Amino acid sequence: MIRVVLPAHLRTLAHVAGEVAVQVEGPTTPGAVLDALETSYPMLRGTIRDQVTRRRRPFVRFFACGQDLSHEPPDTPLPDAVALGTEPFLIVGAMAGG
Amino acid sequence: MSSVRVLVGTRKGAFVLTSDAKRERWDVSGPHFAGWEIYHLKGSPADPNRLYASQSSGWFGQIIQRSNDGGATWEQVGNAFAYDGVPGTHQWYDGTPHPWEFARVWHLEPSPTDPDTVYAGVEDAALFRTVDGGMTWHELPALREHSSGASWQPGAGGMCLHTIVLDPANAGRMYVAISAAGAFRTDDGGTTWRPINRGLHSEQLPDPTAEVGHCVHRIAMHPSRPSVLFMQKHWDVMRSDDAGDSWREVSGNLLSDFGFPIAVHAHEPETIYVVPIKSDSEHFPPDGKLRVYRSRTGGNAWEALTNGLPQENCYVNVLRDAMAVDALDSCGVYFGTTGGQVYASADSGERWAPIVRDLPAVLSVEVQTLQ
Repeated sequence: MIRVVLPAHLRTLAHVAGEVAVQVEGPTTPGAVLDALETSYPMLRGTIRDQVTRRRRPFVRFFACGQDLSHEPPDTPLPDAVALGTEPFLIVGAMAGG
Repeated sequence: MSSVRVLVGTRKGAFVLTSDAKRERWDVSGPHFAGWEIYHLKGSPADPNRLYASQSSGWFGQIIQRSNDGGATWEQVGNAFAYDGVPGTHQWYDGTPHPWEFARVWHLEPSPTDPDTVYAGVEDAALFRTVDGGMTWHELPALREHSSGASWQPGAGGMCLHTIVLDPANAGRMYVAISAAGAFRTDDGGTTWRPINRGLHSEQLPDPTAEVGHCVHRIAMHPSRPSVLFMQKHWDVMRSDDAGDSWREVSGNLLSDFGFPIAVHAHEPETIYVVPIKSDSEHFPPDGKLRVYRSRTGGNAWEALTNGLPQENCYVNVLRDAMAVDALDSCGVYFGTTGGQVYASADSGERWAPIVRDLPAVLSVEVQTLQ
C-alpha cells in the first residue's frame, strides 16, 4: 500500500483524519498514486489536478523522501521507499498567502 | 409563521443566519467549509431546503456543495466544469489571444420550478447547467461561442459570468452579465444569444457605445415585470423597459453612480436600491459614510438611507452579489460588506442594524423567505 499524506482541507473533504493508504497497480508513479487516490476518494477529483488538463494545480506540491517531485512527469517512478510503504507521498498546499 | 434565512458567502466560509418574521434576533450557523472562498450560495425557489454553494480555493480549485435540509448538512456534488469542445480564445489584458480556462463558479441560479436544475456562471465566462441536482454540469456553449467572444476581455476581477437572471414568465428567456463583455439575452433557452448593451456608455472604451465590452456589475428584475431591468454598471445606473433591447441612464441625483449591487423591493417594482461607491480605484463609500440609496421612482430620484449605518470612518465595499431582499409584508433589505458586517433593514430601508458584524469579507448575500 502507498501511504499518502493530504493537506488539511483535502482531509476534510475526504472525511479522513490522518494518512490514507491506496493500492497502486503497476509502477508506482505520481500519476498512478493520484489515479488510485481519486478512485478511493472521488470527492478529491479536481482538487489536486485539473479534471480536464490533468495538470497539477499550481499551488499543490508533491514531496517524498525529502525531495520536491512536483515538476517530475507524472509517469516518473517514485522512490522505492514510497513504493514499499516505508515513506509517505506528501501532497502539500503551497505556502502562498491567504 | 414565516421566517427568514440569510445565506452569506465569505472569503473564508459560508454562514447561515436565521430569524423569525420580526427579524430582530438572529441565529448564526457556520462557518461551513471553513477556510474556503464561498462566492455564492443560493436556495431553490421550488424547494427552499435545497441549497447550492460554490466553494473554491486558489489551492484546490472548485467544489460544489448541496444541502437538502436548509444548510444544516451538506454533500459534495459534481465539480467537473469542462467547456464544450475546444474553447478557443478571448482577449487577455494585453490584447493577445488567451485560451478560455475555467477558474471558478461565481454565481449559482436555481430554476424557479425544478430543484435539480441550476445554472452556474463561471470564470472564464461561460454558462453551465445541471439537471441532476449538481452531479453533472454541461455548458450551454452558444454564449461563449457568440461571434463577439474572441474580443471579450477580463475585468479586474477576472472574466466572470457573475449575473444570471431567469424570466419567471418565459422559460426560454434569461439574462446574463459578464465582466467586461456586457449583458446578453437568450429567448430560446440558451441556444442563441444576443448582446443587449444598446444605450450603455462606457468612456473607458475606444468606442463608448460598442456592442460589447461594457463592465456590467449587476442586473436586477422584479418578477412581476420581467421586461423591466435595472443595472448597476461600472459607472452609471441604468434601466431598460424592453427586456434589455435599450437602456437609459437613471443615475439622477446619486452621490456616485459607481457601485456593485442593485436590488428591487419585493412588493414595489419601482423601488430599487444601490450602494454608491466612490470610484473604481477607491472601492469604499464616499466620505467614509455608508449609505444605501433608494429610488421609489424606478431611478433618477434617489434618497440616502443612513439610519443605523456607520456615518464616519467607514471604508468597506459591498460586492455585486451581496445585496438581497426578503418577501415579508414589510420588505427586508440585506447587504454584506467586505468588512464582514451584514446589515439588515426590516422596513424597506428606513432603519438598519448589523445582524452579524465580524465575519470574513462578505462575497454574497441571498435571502429566503420561509413559510
